[in-house]
Amino acid sequence: MLEIKNLAVVVDDREILHDVSLTIQTGETHVLFGPNGSGKTTLLAAIMGFPKYQVVRGKIVFRGKNITKMSLDERARLGIGMSFQRPPAVRGVKTRDMVAACLGERGGEDVINQLAARTNLDDFLDREINYGFSGGEIKRSEMMQLLAQKPELALLDEPESGVDLENIALIGELINELLEKECPIIDRKCMGLIITHTGHILDYVDARTGYVMCNGRIGCEGDPHEILKTIKQKGYGECASCLVRRSGQ
Amino acid sequence: MSESSNSGTHRERAKAAAAKAAALGEDINLSDYQAEAEPSAYQKDPSQLPREAKQQMLGAGVMLDDTSQRSGTYIQLDNAPVHSSFTYPGIEVMPVSQALEKYDWISDYWWRAVAVDADKYTANIELSQSDGYFIRSLPGQKTVLPVQACLYLSKARLAQNVHNIIIAEENSEMHIITGCTTASAGEPGLHLGVSEFYIKKGAKITFTMIHSWNPEIAVRPRTGVIVEDNGLLLSNYVLMKPVRSLQMYPAARCIGENASVRYNSVLVAGEGSSLDVGSKTLLEAAGSRTEIISRAISTGGNIIARGYIEGDAPDVKGHLECRGLILQDNGSIHAVPELKGNLAGIDLSHEAAVGKIAEEELEYLMSRGLSRNEATATIVRGFIHVDIEGLPPMLAAELQRAIEASEQDLM
Repeated sequence: MLEIKNLAVVVDDREILHDVSLTIQTGETHVLFGPNGSGKTTLLAAIMGFPKYQVVRGKIVFRGKNITKMSLDERARLGIGMSFQRPPAVRGVKTRDMVAACLGERGGEDVINQLAARTNLDDFLDREINYGFSGGEIKRSEMMQLLAQKPELALLDEPESGVDLENIALIGELINELLEKECPIIDRKCMGLIITHTGHILDYVDARTGYVMCNGRIGCEGDPHEILKTIKQKGYGECASCLVRRSGQ
Repeated sequence: MSESSNSGTHRERAKAAAAKAAALGEDINLSDYQAEAEPSAYQKDPSQLPREAKQQMLGAGVMLDDTSQRSGTYIQLDNAPVHSSFTYPGIEVMPVSQALEKYDWISDYWWRAVAVDADKYTANIELSQSDGYFIRSLPGQKTVLPVQACLYLSKARLAQNVHNIIIAEENSEMHIITGCTTASAGEPGLHLGVSEFYIKKGAKITFTMIHSWNPEIAVRPRTGVIVEDNGLLLSNYVLMKPVRSLQMYPAARCIGENASVRYNSVLVAGEGSSLDVGSKTLLEAAGSRTEIISRAISTGGNIIARGYIEGDAPDVKGHLECRGLILQDNGSIHAVPELKGNLAGIDLSHEAAVGKIAEEELEYLMSRGLSRNEATATIVRGFIHVDIEGLPPMLAAELQRAIEASEQDLM
């Protein structure tokens, strides 16, 4: 279980997230909607534990453990993994090295080659990670790394953006594999929190709960398809005014 | 020109340049070093050399206990050759003094790729009548196993003077590993080395040089390369151990059409080390090309990483890539990439970058579960492991091993 309670996060002396709370039960997948700049990526980065994202109030509890003060790599080793929207190119470090780092003791060359075949990245293993990769290649490479890392909490930052129609189904399959969607929910160990700007990923991946984030706050919470429908009809303006009304209560 | 008048001219020019400071690098006072060392006895079986010496040499890629993976071996202790041998018919390896006696045509190669009066170091090598290695691949002969050579500085405060001649005859191919190292961990010393490479039409040399000195040694190699039509030089240089002062700027001239030269250097400077290392290619013939890649890491020392490509003929192409990583605050890296084009239709480019490891890259690796140290090590390892196109797998593996052996100290 992931439990976020009244979280406030400061980046470069500016408070970006205010009083964010959400709970994901083991085996569940939730999605986070919201306009650009609303704080979605900040929330994921704060859960992952990037040092630039400072938690000033509230707490993050993962698998019953308060991880608010835990370092980035400790959280990764505890079972939190994140797919980046724009990961850096690391010159000299090969994709193979990254997958090996993600696998740790869990596998060798064979597993790496299988994962590359699965993600259609066979020719990328000996290339420098993210260097000259297209948008879609980056998404598949991020999924390959997460499949190797096998996190219990997968934080996915717009996994479908920049992916062509041909590959979006593959990304969907990979996410379902990562989130153990083939298992009955009771047997799933993996949780997911997915940022989506367009909602396209919901055509491929089932999610239990959706949230709308506006101006660093979670506006509403509910059935993700219903939320998406409202956003499509009325835009995010509706969510913002909803937030205003609620804070007025 | 006859040999005697030729050598007479060399002698005079050397005398005139005996006090000439080099264009680059700290000026070394030659009188601080002794010129003579007691010559060591010749060893027919190189595995009989002292164990400590063999250990040091192994660290520089020279293996003497089992030479089955080598086509030839040359060992020089201080200023005296102590072993030379070759086991493959396509290769000749001998002290250059012996080659001078054996072949009267050597004078055609003597001080042709390097000017005898370039500076006081080249002059000193001529004036001290230095020995060195002569390595030659015979016409049309391609030898897969590398020749190994070691220049070993064992006596403290000695000036080691070396003059090497390397010739790849037409359509031949050879690989050379040279390890330069020292017996002592902290005694001062000076290594002066002239290497003249002649790569004939269609010939190929891969030359891998590993330096492993100590924090008190000054090093001034002087290298010149002449490449004819369709010839290729692949030169790799690795320096990962401390040295007091090292300055070198090997220069290759592509004088034949479609000649090509590729340099790769990996430099590490710890505190107290001062390096001024570059690579230079003059593209003098149509279609000739070059690639210069250097990776410099400062863990507290100072590095000047130079590169120079000059295009003087049609359809030449050159690229220079110089990247520096500063891992400690007190270190410095100064990248000096230079390009000069002297006519239209040439294609020269460079990229240079100096900095520390980007925090964003470290965090990316850490988010996959690596600790900060592991992430740093992975990035540094990736930085120095340059994939060298065209290097035979066995040599690539040896180069990798030499780098890995020093990596431990770096992390």
